[in-house]
Amino acid sequence: MSTARLRDLRVFPGFGLLSVGCVVFLYAPIVVLAIYSFNDGRSVTRWAGFSFRWYQTVFANQNIQTAAINSVVIAVIAATVATVFALGAAIATVNRKKGGGEGAYVVLTFPLMVPEIVTAVASLVFFVAVGISLGFATILIAHIVFCIPFAYLPIKARLESMDGTLPSAAADLYASPAKAFLRITLPLLVPGLVSGWLLAFIISLDDFIITALVAGPGATTLPLHIYGMLRLGMTPEVNAISTLMLAASTVLVLISGLLGQAGRKH
Amino acid sequence: MSARPLALSSRIPARVAHAGLLWPSLGVILAFMVAPIAIMLTYSFLVPGAYGGVEWTFSTAAYEQILFERDFLDDSLTFTPDYLIIVARSLLQATVATLLCLVISVPTAYYIATRPDRVKNIWLFLITIPYWVNLLIRTIALLFVLRDDGPINSALIDVGVIGQPLALSYNGFAISLGLIYSFLPFMVLPLYSAFERFDFRLLEAAYDLYASRRVAFFRIVLPVMRPGLIAGSLLVFIPSVGSYLAPDILGGGKTLMIGNLIGTQFQAARNWPFGAALSMILLTITLIVLFWLARRAAQQQMN
Amino acid sequence: MKKSAIFAALLASTSAVPASAAGDLFIYTWGEYTPPEMVEKFEKTYGVKVHIDTYDSMETMLAKLKSGAGGYDIIVPGHDTMTILIGEKLLEPINVSAMPNYQHVDEMWRDVFWDKGRLYSAPWAWGSTGLAVDRDIVKGDDTSLKILFEPDDAVKGKINMLRDVNDVINMALRYLGKPRCNDNPEDLKAVLDLLTTQKQFVKSYNSETKELLVSGEAAVSMSWNGYAMRARDERPSIEYIYPKEGYTGWMDNVAVPKGAPDIENAKLWINFIMDPENAAMITNYARYANGIKGSEAFVDKALAGAPELSPPESAPAPEFLTACTPAVTKLYDRVWTKLLR
Repeated sequence: MSTARLRDLRVFPGFGLLSVGCVVFLYAPIVVLAIYSFNDGRSVTRWAGFSFRWYQTVFANQNIQTAAINSVVIAVIAATVATVFALGAAIATVNRKKGGGEGAYVVLTFPLMVPEIVTAVASLVFFVAVGISLGFATILIAHIVFCIPFAYLPIKARLESMDGTLPSAAADLYASPAKAFLRITLPLLVPGLVSGWLLAFIISLDDFIITALVAGPGATTLPLHIYGMLRLGMTPEVNAISTLMLAASTVLVLISGLLGQAGRKH
Repeated sequence: MSARPLALSSRIPARVAHAGLLWPSLGVILAFMVAPIAIMLTYSFLVPGAYGGVEWTFSTAAYEQILFERDFLDDSLTFTPDYLIIVARSLLQATVATLLCLVISVPTAYYIATRPDRVKNIWLFLITIPYWVNLLIRTIALLFVLRDDGPINSALIDVGVIGQPLALSYNGFAISLGLIYSFLPFMVLPLYSAFERFDFRLLEAAYDLYASRRVAFFRIVLPVMRPGLIAGSLLVFIPSVGSYLAPDILGGGKTLMIGNLIGTQFQAARNWPFGAALSMILLTITLIVLFWLARRAAQQQMN
Repeated sequence: MKKSAIFAALLASTSAVPASAAGDLFIYTWGEYTPPEMVEKFEKTYGVKVHIDTYDSMETMLAKLKSGAGGYDIIVPGHDTMTILIGEKLLEPINVSAMPNYQHVDEMWRDVFWDKGRLYSAPWAWGSTGLAVDRDIVKGDDTSLKILFEPDDAVKGKINMLRDVNDVINMALRYLGKPRCNDNPEDLKAVLDLLTTQKQFVKSYNSETKELLVSGEAAVSMSWNGYAMRARDERPSIEYIYPKEGYTGWMDNVAVPKGAPDIENAKLWINFIMDPENAAMITNYARYANGIKGSEAFVDKALAGAPELSPPESAPAPEFLTACTPAVTKLYDRVWTKLLR
């Protein structure tokens, strides 16, 4: 069977078009948002000429910059810790085929099931009750906790779709199980890990309610800053900082893409 | 932390390895999530404080309030469907959003999985980059695109396809679109991660047996995606039930959703026990369904 | 390894927060409410580093203070929240009326009901909740709430209400000529009927009124005066109306929460903001009126004469409401739920 025929068979008509449509849907509002970051007026919906004034505002506004950096740092740490934890949990729950894993599964997805405001108020009351003072640490703990299901579920899905006999076959080839895990299982898990980490990252980056209630003095994230601005009315400054975040994420993706390619050549 | 495939390890007893892998996650969730929620469970059986918070007096009034109300005039206790309607509406809205997400995500995940290896991750990033923008801002941007004099309606009118702007915003359609826009990657990425390792020779074999594309898709492709489908559905459905930004902003806030109702109880309505009671009911329903799903999945795995 | 180092550093940095003897001031307030140049001036004058955190609602702030999570030196509660905070003993009595700059506080804002004799707080800014209308669509000079509750055909489907149960119900009560913070079931039934009838003409219940007015999606909207002014900047046909049936006034006050880490710095800040030149900075930046005599001289020309900041002679006085009793709050919530169920 030629690979050309194989490739042809893999194509379902319309899937490519739908995927492109999906991306257009995701980006159309984002493009509009970016355009209005150059608005000369104070409105985020009515065009009043081109200007860089809101970028100047952002660059002069130490608070919003700090908030944005805090958000990214917290999201990276929370997503990474949650993914590592979730990886272990996924291996443990999927490997256990005897049953009785339902309890663990339910606990692991528990943070997903409680409405955010309830988690927020409950966490606030809890942290105060056990004497942990509010600050970056409390934000981080809360984020790690609610990120775990978002990392766990994609990794678990990945593991379940994998051929269960593979690691044991690998174990026959390699001397130690650790080596088998690192050489065979882990690389196969990469799509699940990437998916889980990305979902945990964006869910942490976005969180407002829980962060608002467990944040302490001097610990502000970008969503807190943005929601705080609403009382006085949103300005294109929000668009400008959002566009800068998008630019930063794109640059990071490009760099990682280039590094990945360089690594492969190496 | 060094993760080992427990069942294979010769040096560490399986049970110890299992616990070592499982307990970091379980531990933080039990300590920092289940324990605080236990406080909330307690609150749901108390009396609201005058200005937020609770008074330490036992009461089941919060649970009664879900189904019954005291009459405005004669203070008699009568059945009220108000909160049931709100819960039903939220569940319906979330179901629609989840199904729509599925319909969009399955082909997208399939398409990404068939890309060359070096661009697969680029696609994943492409799907998640918009989510660097805060949900509130994204939702407002979507409203802008949909509204009467927004780009879609303006373009359609300019081209002459329509005379009057289409009602794209401030209705159920906008809310559904907003929910999809809020949660799409949570469906695409799990589907992709379950499907990425698909062995396309299976598809080839199916075609050799004269299966149509449709049959091949439903019999071969979808079953492989199944673990991702379950994961993705959970990650979209549950947050959608509690979601309130899309209904508020894109739907014009004309109807309450359960997320909104609960939020109000902790804010303007200053009735923490009622908010807690509502969430406990919601939580119990979700837990039962999830437990049932997990048990069924486990049984299927054993067969 | 590396991760735990970062974690330890974060833990250390948070636990170091209360030890602010070196000269820190932690402010918890609305976003974009505190002029940066004023902060800079304060930091230069007193050598104190100012940190600002923002909240999105009074409830968030209240929940944190009530739970006992402290760490802030300054908060900026609305007048109705002041009553609650004082009632629950969550504020430090700092004797604002004895401060040197208190002499600049307008008599009108001295013996206010939410802080008799100004023991706890100084005025920061005040405003009102009225109506904003697009005069291109709503012709004439009617200042009645009829525009909102029994709209003309041109306005139907172009009405926005604030997403705030108290503001909406109070406005309906005024239109019906009934008392506010009302627990009379008959009156509330009438309110529910009025609002339910009106709902079919309402485009949205949204508190972000500025953009709705600017984009033309709303021709009539309940609005804070500050939002209306910002909307007028972008769309000159927007007019802020002080309804003849009455309207809600509010004042944000600067106060010190119980157990503030640095009360002395907090007092310095409060005295500082009562200086007319500094108070004018607040008005120029946040575009709300302050309560300080003599600040007019330093306020931007465009703001000094703005109709949104100074009600016309013919308008009734703003009504400053107390936080309603729990019984009223509960009834209001039921009306709200029935309206939006």
